[in-house]
Amino acid sequence: MKKVAVIGVGMTRFGELWNSSLRSLTIEAGIKALSDAGVPGERVDALYTGCMSGDMFVKQGHIASLIADYGGLLPVPSTRVESACASGGLALRQGLMAIASGFANIVVVGGVEKMTDALGSQTTGYLASAADQEWESFNGATFPSLYALMARRHMYEYGTTEEQLSLIAVKNHHNGSLNPNAHFQFEVSLERVMNSTLVADPLRLFHCSPVSDGAACVVLASEEKAKEISDDPIWIIGSGQASGAIGIYDRDDICTIDATVNAGKSAYKMAGVTPKDIDFAEVHDCFTIAEIIDIEDLGFFKKGEGGKAVEEGITSLDGELPINSSGGLKAKGHPVGATGVAQVVEVVTQLRGKAGKRQIKDAEIGLTQNIGGSGGTAVVHIFSR
Amino acid sequence: MGVPRFWREIPYRYRLIGSYCEKCNETFFPPREICPRCRRSGNITDVKLEEEGEIFSYTIIRTAPPEFDVQTPYAIALIKLKNGPLIMSQLTDCEIDEVDIGKKVRMVFRKISEDGDAGIINYGYKFILAE
Repeated sequence: MKKVAVIGVGMTRFGELWNSSLRSLTIEAGIKALSDAGVPGERVDALYTGCMSGDMFVKQGHIASLIADYGGLLPVPSTRVESACASGGLALRQGLMAIASGFANIVVVGGVEKMTDALGSQTTGYLASAADQEWESFNGATFPSLYALMARRHMYEYGTTEEQLSLIAVKNHHNGSLNPNAHFQFEVSLERVMNSTLVADPLRLFHCSPVSDGAACVVLASEEKAKEISDDPIWIIGSGQASGAIGIYDRDDICTIDATVNAGKSAYKMAGVTPKDIDFAEVHDCFTIAEIIDIEDLGFFKKGEGGKAVEEGITSLDGELPINSSGGLKAKGHPVGATGVAQVVEVVTQLRGKAGKRQIKDAEIGLTQNIGGSGGTAVVHIFSR
Repeated sequence: MGVPRFWREIPYRYRLIGSYCEKCNETFFPPREICPRCRRSGNITDVKLEEEGEIFSYTIIRTAPPEFDVQTPYAIALIKLKNGPLIMSQLTDCEIDEVDIGKKVRMVFRKISEDGDAGIINYGYKFILAE
């Protein structure tokens, strides 16, 4: 496989962005990434955009054409990628494969979601479309409820506590308070998290990522182009993608997301590294229980010990293995299609040593993990300076 | 939801019909046409599942989509059916404080939701506490 580098990154602020549209958000992130890379539009060979559900949130389909057109990139081939909340991570993988296969030399990968144009009551239903509509959502299962089922079982089997679920939110809000692009740039106390309103027991409001608007974008280049254009290319050394049962009812073990385990194995193998070699990671904490499950499934901690890891501060910004330095989905925000790309923006920013107040010391190898639905899809990437 | 979509699912939703792989001796719900273990080497047949089981995990939903709003708070559970697979269902006719992992439950036939004031009424299985 040909080597591929990230040579430019950009993102909008995440949040309730009333004055921005799906197209304006994507274009803003795209311009930032291309300016960062120092690449003019005419050198772009292909465009991939991750978007879960512009169709439902803003009734916009055919997003690939919209973005190429309003991005001023016509007639560049443009493809929209959808895999629920893993759409962004999957778009990155499509871009990577386009270059690795020799089809393209410079590719722009974007991710976007414009969620706040829909009514709150509709949003719950739209997000539930990532679950099995006929056999989960039909019965009244909401998205938080699927992760709540995992959380309840994880507590039962491993003694994971409500306090541990809450400490993830406290940690990620602290990191988000240091990130000028985060949806929530404020700290929360453990007491506030634990007293917040119940959404789906045992998950409370502050255990859930927010409904956000936002876009993120990266520019990828082949080795030859990266060396020509960039002073500080960040190499994609591992990529893994795996599918899992779409319904939580069909998992052998609901405390594990098999797709993450399998995608992780592929990415580690390709990169020739082990979980011990990873210095920091951005993982898919759509609910705080997910972060606990993610860091176990990625091999950072033994099954059942993810909760203890956060309690002991191992995953804090100044810990041995910082997790979600950006604030994660919890505090940075979760515009679903943008999330997988925004994770890459954070890892690249950290590896370049440009993460400001939340800079991780001596960061050499970073990992991103992006989940679709309750674990039907997972994408893992590993990056190195 | 359109009428045909609901109509074709009636056997499964009303009578708890699942799939059985003769080669793997394993049952699945909802029905599958291909066994996820042996793919197509086993013969898949319909099977009537037991209507009893126990709670494997559960949650109480406090924020629901509009069609379920009137029912909140309500319990959703993953139920391990006797001699069968896990199934996702609402729990009904119970105090939410009584719900717990390991409790025995049995199937009942209930209204699930309505498509607005003039739409079709969706029926199917729910479970109640058996003890």
